[in-house]
Amino acid sequence: MHNSKTVEIIVGLFVALGIAALFMLAMKVSNLSAFSGDGGYVIQARFENIGGLKVRSPVTVAGVRVGRISDIGFDNTTYEAIVSMNIEGDYNTLPTDTSASIFTAGLLGEQYVALEPGGAEKYLQQGGEVRLTQSAIVLEQVIGQFLYSQAEGGDKK
Amino acid sequence: MMGGIRKLGRWGLGTFERLGRAHIFLYYILMGAPSVLLRFGLLVQQMLSVGVLSLLIIVVSGFFVGMVLGLQGYNTLVDFGAEQSLGVVVALSLVRELGPVVASLLFAGRAGSALTAEIGLMKSTEQLSGMEMMAVDPIKRIIAPRFLAGFISLPILATIFSAVGVAGGYFVGVGLLGVDDGAFWSQMQAKVDFSEDIMNGVIKSIVFGFVVTWIAVFEGYDCVPTSEGVSRATTRTVVHSSLAILGLDFVLTALMFGNI
Repeated sequence: MHNSKTVEIIVGLFVALGIAALFMLAMKVSNLSAFSGDGGYVIQARFENIGGLKVRSPVTVAGVRVGRISDIGFDNTTYEAIVSMNIEGDYNTLPTDTSASIFTAGLLGEQYVALEPGGAEKYLQQGGEVRLTQSAIVLEQVIGQFLYSQAEGGDKK
Repeated sequence: MMGGIRKLGRWGLGTFERLGRAHIFLYYILMGAPSVLLRFGLLVQQMLSVGVLSLLIIVVSGFFVGMVLGLQGYNTLVDFGAEQSLGVVVALSLVRELGPVVASLLFAGRAGSALTAEIGLMKSTEQLSGMEMMAVDPIKRIIAPRFLAGFISLPILATIFSAVGVAGGYFVGVGLLGVDDGAFWSQMQAKVDFSEDIMNGVIKSIVFGFVVTWIAVFEGYDCVPTSEGVSRATTRTVVHSSLAILGLDFVLTALMFGNI
Protein backbone atom coordinates (compact mmCIF):
# COMPACT_ATOMS: atom_id res chain seq x y z
CA MET A 1 0.00 0.00 0.00
CA HIS A 2 2.88 2.36 0.74
CA ASN A 3 6.33 2.15 -0.67
CA SER A 4 9.00 1.55 1.92
CA LYS A 5 10.42 5.07 1.79
CA THR A 6 7.13 6.71 2.76
CA VAL A 7 6.64 4.12 5.49
CA GLU A 8 10.04 4.87 6.90
CA ILE A 9 9.39 8.60 6.86
CA ILE A 10 6.02 8.21 8.58
CA VAL A 11 7.44 5.94 11.27
CA GLY A 12 10.35 8.34 11.72
CA LEU A 13 7.88 11.16 12.28
CA PHE A 14 6.00 8.98 14.76
CA VAL A 15 9.11 8.31 16.80
CA ALA A 16 10.08 11.98 16.63
CA LEU A 17 6.60 12.90 17.89
CA GLY A 18 7.06 10.55 20.83
CA ILE A 19 10.40 12.13 21.69
CA ALA A 20 8.85 15.58 21.34
CA ALA A 21 6.07 14.57 23.73
CA LEU A 22 8.60 13.33 26.28
CA PHE A 23 10.56 16.56 25.83
CA MET A 24 7.40 18.59 26.36
CA LEU A 25 6.60 16.62 29.52
CA ALA A 26 10.15 17.10 30.77
CA MET A 27 10.38 20.81 30.03
CA LYS A 28 6.87 22.09 30.46
CA VAL A 29 5.28 19.73 32.99
CA SER A 30 8.10 18.71 35.29
CA ASN A 31 10.71 20.82 37.05
CA LEU A 32 13.41 20.04 34.52
CA SER A 33 12.84 23.30 32.67
CA ALA A 34 15.55 25.91 32.54
CA PHE A 35 15.15 29.57 33.32
CA SER A 36 12.76 31.14 30.85
CA GLY A 37 13.76 34.74 30.47
CA ASP A 38 12.36 36.12 27.25
CA GLY A 39 12.72 39.89 27.01
CA GLY A 40 11.98 42.05 29.99
CA TYR A 41 14.29 42.98 32.82
CA VAL A 42 15.15 41.56 36.23
CA ILE A 43 14.74 43.41 39.51
CA GLN A 44 15.47 42.15 42.98
CA ALA A 45 13.84 42.44 46.37
CA ARG A 46 14.90 41.25 49.81
CA PHE A 47 12.36 39.72 52.14
CA GLU A 48 12.67 38.55 55.73
CA ASN A 49 10.31 35.70 55.01
CA ILE A 50 8.95 34.61 51.65
CA GLY A 51 6.51 32.00 52.98
CA GLY A 52 5.52 29.65 50.19
CA LEU A 53 6.70 31.77 47.29
CA LYS A 54 8.05 29.72 44.40
CA VAL A 55 10.03 30.31 41.24
CA ARG A 56 7.63 31.23 38.41
CA SER A 57 5.05 32.62 40.84
CA PRO A 58 3.33 35.74 39.46
CA VAL A 59 4.38 39.35 40.10
CA THR A 60 1.51 41.82 39.94
CA VAL A 61 0.92 45.54 39.95
CA ALA A 62 -2.64 46.58 40.83
CA GLY A 63 -3.65 42.95 40.36
CA VAL A 64 -2.33 42.79 36.81
CA ARG A 65 0.40 40.24 36.20
CA VAL A 66 3.52 42.03 34.96
CA GLY A 67 6.14 39.33 35.42
CA ARG A 68 7.30 36.22 37.21
CA ILE A 69 9.69 35.22 39.96
CA SER A 70 12.79 34.06 38.13
CA ASP A 71 15.00 33.08 41.05
CA ILE A 72 14.95 32.79 44.82
CA GLY A 73 18.24 33.03 46.68
CA PHE A 74 19.45 33.43 50.21
CA ASP A 75 21.83 36.02 51.66
CA ASN A 76 24.20 34.36 54.09
CA THR A 77 25.13 37.55 55.93
CA THR A 78 21.76 39.23 56.43
CA TYR A 79 19.71 36.01 56.50
CA GLU A 80 17.27 37.44 54.03
CA ALA A 81 15.72 35.88 50.97
CA ILE A 82 16.68 37.49 47.66
CA VAL A 83 13.86 37.26 45.18
CA SER A 84 14.63 38.03 41.54
CA MET A 85 11.64 39.07 39.47
CA ASN A 86 11.58 39.05 35.70
CA ILE A 87 9.34 41.94 34.67
CA GLU A 88 8.07 42.01 31.09
CA GLY A 89 9.55 44.67 28.85
CA ASP A 90 6.23 46.46 28.37
CA TYR A 91 6.08 47.44 32.03
CA ASN A 92 9.27 49.50 32.23
CA THR A 93 7.92 52.51 34.14
CA LEU A 94 8.05 51.22 37.71
CA PRO A 95 9.40 54.01 39.97
CA THR A 96 12.53 53.35 42.04
CA ASP A 97 10.58 53.67 45.33
CA THR A 98 8.20 50.87 44.42
CA SER A 99 7.36 48.59 47.35
CA ALA A 100 6.86 44.83 47.20
CA SER A 101 4.65 42.64 49.39
CA ILE A 102 3.96 38.93 49.37
CA PHE A 103 0.27 38.08 49.35
CA THR A 104 -1.74 34.90 49.07
CA ALA A 105 -4.36 34.38 46.39
CA GLY A 106 -7.31 33.09 48.37
CA LEU A 107 -7.03 31.34 51.70
CA LEU A 108 -5.05 28.35 50.46
CA GLY A 109 -3.98 29.70 47.11
CA GLU A 110 -0.63 30.38 45.59
CA GLN A 111 1.53 33.19 46.93
CA TYR A 112 2.54 36.06 44.69
CA VAL A 113 4.44 39.32 44.86
CA ALA A 114 2.41 42.51 44.61
CA LEU A 115 4.31 45.64 43.60
CA GLU A 116 3.03 49.05 44.63
CA PRO A 117 4.49 51.94 42.62
CA GLY A 118 5.72 55.00 44.51
CA GLY A 119 6.16 58.55 43.28
CA ALA A 120 9.82 58.74 42.30
CA GLU A 121 10.87 60.29 39.00
CA LYS A 122 13.33 57.58 38.04
CA TYR A 123 12.35 54.13 36.87
CA LEU A 124 13.69 50.74 37.93
CA GLN A 125 16.26 49.35 35.52
CA GLN A 126 17.75 45.93 34.87
CA GLY A 127 19.28 44.72 38.15
CA GLY A 128 17.46 47.38 40.20
CA GLU A 129 16.38 46.66 43.72
CA VAL A 130 13.05 47.17 45.44
CA ARG A 131 13.94 48.48 48.91
CA LEU A 132 10.57 48.61 50.62
CA THR A 133 9.38 45.07 51.20
CA GLN A 134 6.78 43.40 53.32
CA SER A 135 7.23 39.72 54.19
CA ALA A 136 4.76 36.98 53.65
CA ILE A 137 2.12 36.60 56.32
CA VAL A 138 2.64 33.20 57.91
CA LEU A 139 -0.77 32.00 58.95
CA GLU A 140 0.48 30.09 61.99
CA GLN A 141 2.18 33.21 63.39
CA VAL A 142 -0.95 35.30 62.89
CA ILE A 143 -3.14 32.68 64.59
CA GLY A 144 -0.57 32.32 67.36
CA GLN A 145 -0.48 36.08 67.99
CA PHE A 146 -4.25 36.24 67.88
CA LEU A 147 -4.65 33.45 70.42
CA TYR A 148 -1.97 35.01 72.62
CA SER A 149 -3.67 38.41 72.61
CA GLN A 150 -7.04 36.79 73.27
CA ALA A 151 -5.60 34.92 76.26
CA GLU A 152 -4.06 38.14 77.64
CA GLY A 153 -7.32 40.00 77.21
CA GLY A 154 -9.17 37.21 79.01
CA ASP A 155 -6.89 37.48 82.08
CA LYS A 156 -7.53 41.19 82.52
CA LYS A 157 -11.28 40.73 82.75
CA MET B 1 -18.41 -34.83 43.21
CA MET B 2 -15.40 -36.59 41.70
CA GLY B 3 -16.47 -35.37 38.30
CA GLY B 4 -16.38 -31.77 39.51
CA ILE B 5 -12.92 -32.15 41.00
CA ARG B 6 -11.73 -33.79 37.80
CA LYS B 7 -13.09 -30.88 35.77
CA LEU B 8 -11.30 -28.45 38.02
CA GLY B 9 -8.10 -30.45 37.64
CA ARG B 10 -8.41 -30.51 33.86
CA TRP B 11 -9.01 -26.77 33.81
CA GLY B 12 -6.01 -26.19 36.04
CA LEU B 13 -3.75 -28.39 33.94
CA GLY B 14 -4.95 -26.74 30.76
CA THR B 15 -4.35 -23.26 32.13
CA PHE B 16 -0.87 -24.02 33.36
CA GLU B 17 0.02 -25.79 30.16
CA ARG B 18 -1.05 -22.72 28.19
CA LEU B 19 0.88 -20.49 30.55
CA GLY B 20 3.95 -22.65 30.05
CA ARG B 21 3.52 -22.57 26.26
CA ALA B 22 3.23 -18.78 26.43
CA HIS B 23 6.55 -18.54 28.26
CA ILE B 24 8.36 -20.91 25.90
CA PHE B 25 6.89 -18.86 23.04
CA LEU B 26 8.19 -15.68 24.66
CA TYR B 27 11.64 -17.27 24.90
CA TYR B 28 11.61 -18.02 21.15
CA ILE B 29 10.46 -14.49 20.37
CA LEU B 30 13.27 -12.97 22.42
CA MET B 31 15.75 -15.32 20.75
CA GLY B 32 14.41 -14.24 17.37
CA ALA B 33 14.36 -10.54 18.21
CA PRO B 34 18.01 -9.75 17.31
CA SER B 35 17.49 -11.04 13.78
CA VAL B 36 14.69 -8.49 13.34
CA LEU B 37 17.23 -5.71 13.73
CA LEU B 38 19.01 -7.08 10.66
CA ARG B 39 15.81 -6.80 8.63
CA PHE B 40 14.85 -3.36 9.80
CA GLY B 41 12.22 -2.86 7.10
CA LEU B 42 9.96 -5.49 8.67
CA LEU B 43 10.01 -3.66 12.00
CA VAL B 44 9.31 -0.31 10.37
CA GLN B 45 6.40 -1.76 8.41
CA GLN B 46 4.89 -3.16 11.62
CA MET B 47 5.45 0.04 13.55
CA LEU B 48 3.38 1.77 10.92
CA SER B 49 0.42 -0.55 11.33
CA VAL B 50 0.72 -1.02 15.08
CA GLY B 51 1.93 2.38 16.24
CA VAL B 52 1.28 5.12 13.72
CA LEU B 53 -2.23 3.99 12.85
CA SER B 54 -3.13 3.93 16.56
CA LEU B 55 -2.05 7.53 16.85
CA LEU B 56 -5.40 9.10 16.01
CA ILE B 57 -7.40 7.31 18.70
CA ILE B 58 -4.64 7.97 21.24
CA VAL B 59 -4.46 11.69 20.49
CA VAL B 60 -8.24 12.20 20.46
CA SER B 61 -8.80 10.17 23.65
CA GLY B 62 -5.88 11.86 25.37
CA PHE B 63 -7.22 15.29 24.61
CA PHE B 64 -10.69 14.44 25.86
CA VAL B 65 -9.43 12.69 29.00
CA GLY B 66 -7.35 15.78 29.76
CA MET B 67 -10.33 18.07 29.20
CA VAL B 68 -12.56 15.99 31.48
CA LEU B 69 -9.86 15.95 34.16
CA GLY B 70 -9.59 19.72 33.89
CA LEU B 71 -13.34 20.16 34.22
CA GLN B 72 -13.83 17.75 37.12
CA GLY B 73 -10.71 18.81 38.93
CA TYR B 74 -11.74 22.45 38.65
CA ASN B 75 -15.21 21.77 40.09
CA THR B 76 -13.71 20.16 43.18
CA LEU B 77 -10.76 22.50 43.65
CA VAL B 78 -12.71 25.73 43.22
CA ASP B 79 -14.59 25.00 46.46
CA PHE B 80 -11.31 25.26 48.34
CA GLY B 81 -10.09 28.25 46.36
CA ALA B 82 -7.29 26.01 45.16
CA GLU B 83 -8.00 26.03 41.45
CA GLN B 84 -4.37 27.00 40.84
CA SER B 85 -3.54 23.39 41.67
CA LEU B 86 -5.49 22.23 38.64
CA GLY B 87 -2.30 21.79 36.64
CA VAL B 88 -0.88 19.50 39.32
CA VAL B 89 -4.03 17.37 39.42
CA VAL B 90 -4.20 17.02 35.65
CA ALA B 91 -0.50 16.38 35.13
CA LEU B 92 0.01 13.94 37.98
CA SER B 93 -3.02 11.81 37.22
CA LEU B 94 -2.14 11.71 33.54
CA VAL B 95 1.57 11.10 33.84
CA ARG B 96 1.40 8.57 36.64
CA GLU B 97 -1.75 6.61 35.89
CA LEU B 98 -4.10 7.55 33.10
CA GLY B 99 -1.49 8.03 30.40
CA PRO B 100 0.05 4.56 30.61
CA VAL B 101 -3.15 2.72 31.58
CA VAL B 102 -5.69 4.25 29.21
CA ALA B 103 -3.22 4.32 26.33
CA SER B 104 -2.49 0.62 26.93
CA LEU B 105 -6.18 -0.28 27.11
CA LEU B 106 -6.83 1.56 23.86
CA PHE B 107 -3.75 -0.04 22.36
CA ALA B 108 -4.97 -3.51 23.37
CA GLY B 109 -8.30 -2.81 21.70
CA ARG B 110 -6.93 -1.13 18.60
CA ALA B 111 -3.64 -2.87 17.86
CA GLY B 112 -3.60 -5.98 20.07
CA SER B 113 -6.82 -7.37 18.64
CA ALA B 114 -5.61 -6.63 15.10
CA LEU B 115 -2.34 -8.48 15.77
CA THR B 116 -4.18 -11.52 17.11
CA ALA B 117 -6.64 -11.60 14.24
CA GLU B 118 -3.89 -11.22 11.65
CA ILE B 119 -1.68 -13.94 13.08
CA GLY B 120 -4.67 -16.20 13.81
CA LEU B 121 -5.86 -15.88 10.25
CA MET B 122 -2.36 -16.60 8.95
CA LYS B 123 -2.40 -19.73 11.04
CA SER B 124 -5.86 -20.89 9.98
CA THR B 125 -5.08 -20.30 6.30
CA GLU B 126 -1.86 -22.27 6.90
CA GLN B 127 0.43 -19.45 5.85
CA LEU B 128 2.56 -20.09 8.92
CA SER B 129 2.90 -23.78 8.05
CA GLY B 130 3.70 -22.76 4.49
CA MET B 131 6.55 -20.63 5.74
CA GLU B 132 7.92 -23.47 7.79
CA MET B 133 7.82 -25.64 4.66
CA MET B 134 10.00 -23.05 2.95
CA ALA B 135 12.41 -23.16 5.92
CA VAL B 136 11.42 -19.64 6.99
CA ASP B 137 10.99 -19.38 10.71
CA PRO B 138 7.56 -17.75 11.20
CA ILE B 139 8.54 -16.58 14.67
CA LYS B 140 11.47 -14.61 13.28
CA ARG B 141 9.66 -13.46 10.15
CA ILE B 142 6.15 -12.75 11.48
CA ILE B 143 5.95 -12.77 15.25
CA ALA B 144 9.13 -11.06 16.44
CA PRO B 145 8.76 -7.90 14.29
CA ARG B 146 5.19 -7.44 15.50
CA PHE B 147 6.19 -8.04 19.10
CA LEU B 148 9.03 -5.53 18.92
CA ALA B 149 6.89 -2.99 17.09
CA GLY B 150 4.24 -3.10 19.82
CA PHE B 151 6.83 -3.05 22.56
CA ILE B 152 8.44 0.08 21.11
CA SER B 153 5.24 1.81 20.04
CA LEU B 154 3.26 1.70 23.26
CA PRO B 155 5.63 3.82 25.39
CA ILE B 156 5.70 6.39 22.58
CA LEU B 157 1.91 6.38 22.37
CA ALA B 158 1.51 6.63 26.15
CA THR B 159 3.90 9.59 26.29
CA ILE B 160 1.98 11.32 23.50
CA PHE B 161 -1.26 10.56 25.36
CA SER B 162 0.02 12.26 28.53
CA ALA B 163 1.36 15.28 26.67
CA VAL B 164 -1.85 15.76 24.69
CA GLY B 165 -3.88 15.23 27.87
CA VAL B 166 -2.00 18.01 29.66
CA ALA B 167 -2.72 20.23 26.66
CA GLY B 168 -6.41 19.30 26.95
CA GLY B 169 -6.44 20.13 30.65
CA TYR B 170 -4.72 23.42 29.86
CA PHE B 171 -7.30 24.19 27.18
CA VAL B 172 -10.23 23.69 29.56
CA GLY B 173 -8.60 25.02 32.74
CA VAL B 174 -6.87 28.12 31.43
CA GLY B 175 -8.73 28.67 28.18
CA LEU B 176 -12.31 28.13 29.27
CA LEU B 177 -12.44 28.25 33.07
CA GLY B 178 -9.97 31.07 33.63
CA VAL B 179 -7.31 29.52 35.84
CA ASP B 180 -4.16 31.66 35.86
CA ASP B 181 -1.82 30.58 33.10
CA GLY B 182 1.35 30.94 35.17
CA ALA B 183 -0.06 29.30 38.29
CA PHE B 184 -1.20 26.34 36.18
CA TRP B 185 2.31 25.70 34.87
CA SER B 186 4.32 26.86 37.89
CA GLN B 187 2.44 24.70 40.38
CA MET B 188 2.66 21.80 37.96
CA GLN B 189 6.40 22.22 37.57
CA ALA B 190 6.83 22.57 41.31
CA LYS B 191 5.01 19.33 42.08
CA VAL B 192 5.78 17.04 39.14
CA ASP B 193 9.19 15.44 39.27
CA PHE B 194 10.86 14.18 36.12
CA SER B 195 12.43 10.98 37.42
CA GLU B 196 9.81 10.22 40.09
CA ASP B 197 6.66 10.82 38.10
CA ILE B 198 7.35 11.00 34.39
CA MET B 199 9.95 8.26 34.17
CA ASN B 200 7.90 5.93 36.36
CA GLY B 201 4.98 6.48 33.99
CA VAL B 202 7.23 5.62 31.06
CA ILE B 203 8.44 2.46 32.85
CA LYS B 204 4.82 1.47 33.39
CA SER B 205 4.03 1.88 29.71
CA ILE B 206 7.10 -0.18 28.76
CA VAL B 207 5.88 -3.02 31.00
CA PHE B 208 2.36 -2.77 29.61
CA GLY B 209 3.69 -2.69 26.04
CA PHE B 210 5.62 -5.89 26.70
CA VAL B 211 2.66 -7.69 28.26
CA VAL B 212 -0.02 -6.53 25.82
CA THR B 213 1.92 -7.44 22.69
CA TRP B 214 3.05 -10.72 24.23
CA ILE B 215 -0.57 -11.68 24.95
CA ALA B 216 -1.68 -10.53 21.50
CA VAL B 217 0.89 -12.45 19.48
CA PHE B 218 0.59 -15.54 21.67
CA GLU B 219 -3.20 -15.67 21.40
CA GLY B 220 -2.90 -15.36 17.64
CA TYR B 221 -0.19 -17.99 17.35
CA ASP B 222 -1.93 -20.38 19.75
CA CYS B 223 -5.49 -20.01 18.48
CA VAL B 224 -7.67 -22.83 17.21
CA PRO B 225 -7.29 -22.48 13.43
CA THR B 226 -10.94 -21.93 12.59
CA SER B 227 -12.91 -18.74 12.14
CA GLU B 228 -14.52 -19.29 15.53
CA GLY B 229 -11.12 -19.93 17.10
CA VAL B 230 -9.74 -16.68 15.69
CA SER B 231 -12.72 -14.72 16.97
CA ARG B 232 -12.34 -16.25 20.43
CA ALA B 233 -8.61 -15.56 20.47
CA THR B 234 -9.25 -11.92 19.55
CA THR B 235 -11.75 -11.57 22.40
CA ARG B 236 -9.34 -13.23 24.81
CA THR B 237 -6.57 -10.84 23.79
CA VAL B 238 -8.63 -7.80 24.68
CA VAL B 239 -9.96 -9.27 27.94
CA HIS B 240 -6.68 -10.72 29.16
CA SER B 241 -4.65 -7.66 28.17
CA SER B 242 -7.04 -5.33 29.96
CA LEU B 243 -6.99 -7.46 33.11
CA ALA B 244 -3.21 -7.75 32.97
CA ILE B 245 -2.83 -3.98 32.51
CA LEU B 246 -5.05 -3.12 35.46
CA GLY B 247 -3.56 -5.79 37.73
CA LEU B 248 0.02 -4.89 36.86
CA ASP B 249 -0.79 -1.21 37.24
CA PHE B 250 -1.73 -1.81 40.85
CA VAL B 251 1.45 -3.79 41.50
CA LEU B 252 3.64 -1.18 39.80
CA THR B 253 1.93 1.72 41.57
CA ALA B 254 2.39 -0.02 44.90
CA LEU B 255 6.08 -0.56 44.13
CA MET B 256 6.70 2.96 42.80
CA PHE B 257 4.53 5.25 44.90
CA GLY B 258 3.01 3.07 47.59
CA ASN B 259 5.74 2.86 50.26
CA ILE B 260 4.64 -0.70 50.88
